[in-house]
Amino acid sequence: MEDWVAIGYLLSAALFIFGLKKLGHPRTAPFGNQLGALGMLVAVLTTIFSMQLAGDAQWVLIGAGIALGSLIGYIMAVRVQMTGMPELVALFNGFGGAASALVALSEIQKYIDGGTVPEGLELTVTMVAAGLSALVGWMTLTGSLLAMYKLKGGVSVFGKWIKTPTWGPSWLNPVKVMLVIAVAVLIYLSIDDPTNTTYLWSIIGISCLLGIVLVLPIGGADMPVVVSLLNSLSGIAAAFTGFIIGNSALIIAGSLVGASGLILTFIMCKAMNRTLPDVLFKSFGGSGEKESLTRTKVGSDADEVAMMIDGAQKVIIVPGYGMAVSQCQHQVKEFADLISEKFDTEVKYAIHPVAGRMPGHMNVLLAEANVPYEQLIEMDEINSEFPECDVAIVIGANDTTNPAARSGEGPLAGMPIIDADAARTVVIIKRSLSVGYAGVDNDLFYMDKTMMLFGDGKAMMTGLNNAIKEI
Amino acid sequence: MTPELLIGNITLFVLAIFLGFELITKVPATLHTPLMSGANAISGISIIGALIGANVAYESGDTAISGILAFVAVVLAMINVVGGFMVTNRMLNMIAGKKRRGA
Repeated sequence: MEDWVAIGYLLSAALFIFGLKKLGHPRTAPFGNQLGALGMLVAVLTTIFSMQLAGDAQWVLIGAGIALGSLIGYIMAVRVQMTGMPELVALFNGFGGAASALVALSEIQKYIDGGTVPEGLELTVTMVAAGLSALVGWMTLTGSLLAMYKLKGGVSVFGKWIKTPTWGPSWLNPVKVMLVIAVAVLIYLSIDDPTNTTYLWSIIGISCLLGIVLVLPIGGADMPVVVSLLNSLSGIAAAFTGFIIGNSALIIAGSLVGASGLILTFIMCKAMNRTLPDVLFKSFGGSGEKESLTRTKVGSDADEVAMMIDGAQKVIIVPGYGMAVSQCQHQVKEFADLISEKFDTEVKYAIHPVAGRMPGHMNVLLAEANVPYEQLIEMDEINSEFPECDVAIVIGANDTTNPAARSGEGPLAGMPIIDADAARTVVIIKRSLSVGYAGVDNDLFYMDKTMMLFGDGKAMMTGLNNAIKEI
Repeated sequence: MTPELLIGNITLFVLAIFLGFELITKVPATLHTPLMSGANAISGISIIGALIGANVAYESGDTAISGILAFVAVVLAMINVVGGFMVTNRMLNMIAGKKRRGA
């Protein structure tokens, strides 16, 4: 390798390191992302120029691939709705893992077709790295695709909505371990017989299966943690591929993402008061029988709620996934403006770390509606304010406010929640009394001080705003 | 591949992992998703491997399957890179961009 190529890769690695560092702080995050993109550009240009200088750059194939991929990526990134963002991140992640595994497979295929199978140490390193890259890469692809459909909640087949299943009996855990061992054995066998592609295809098949059985039992609020773990894995896959082709850029960037992604996964687990083994091996929600509803609650109407808010000193809005689905963040902002002007009410927003389907989901949506950042208060800080809050308005949130989480039993046990039940009055805007993602009935709905507004978030908020204007 | 080269690569691997562990310390919940998305875009670095693989396969001519695999890898990695950085940028503009105006 030419010296300047190595320096080009070193520069891009340095840019990735600075980029990741800056991505961790709110003020510098956009700049960090740009640094990362610049690092990638440097790496790609370095590679293409080195090919060009060697006189063998195949512009047709490379150009077509880059153009096609960029176009698809661009369209997907621009078109995606704010609610669909977590799914898109999962999908991109799957593509990244698959790309690493495909490069590994392509290298092996080249050795076999060209009759240039390496020997000795190189053979061992190549086969081990290719096997591990296949394991992690294909697992990332199938796991991410399943995670994407789990985040969506289901898939539409011929107009029929099929709910993504959550299934994980406890005997599945030893099966996962056995699958990993099987891959290790197959890698060992493939070193002895490198041209036998049966081993390679078996590894690919088992890895695909492993990704599915890993994600299948996981549901509810744990989904973002799994996507983060898969993100870490796709980095590791890139690093292993780097060993096969002997490329320092892949090794450095891949292991950076692998390690920092793992740390981020732990941070996210901690924010939800869960541990990673719990997330991975203890099925959360949805797996057991959903609690059947035996209680009923009479719904209120917008006028009643509007009258109650008239005179409230302090209102805390608790948004959840329902707000994202009905896209009513603009109506929520209008509501906040209305009551702060008309009744001189103090309005704050309580943001649960995993409200919605990804961390920061609510911040993104509310920022889109121009809600001032300082009104968005994180859970730990705002919980102490609920006892002095006149009205808590819960919009499409369920599990994140469920007092059952404090009881220490059931799927929600130990998850920190928003203490909306401590407010003097609670207004809940929700389509029905049905259970949330975790499948646990919510006592908050049935409290005497709770008023339910049954309906779509957007319709209900519009109705509430009109009612307040008429007062 | 000489043993020296292998040791060199393993050294890079181990040191980069330690660096990655140290790089991320305290991250506010708001930034979890953008950080994940940005790191994910960086893991699209396999574009380099895909480009090299596609180039070599196309040149040698007799490894059609290898070439096709590498081409698909180029497309997928490019989607990951371009889409990943752009989506992260969109998210951050919503979170951090508004914050600056609001503050």
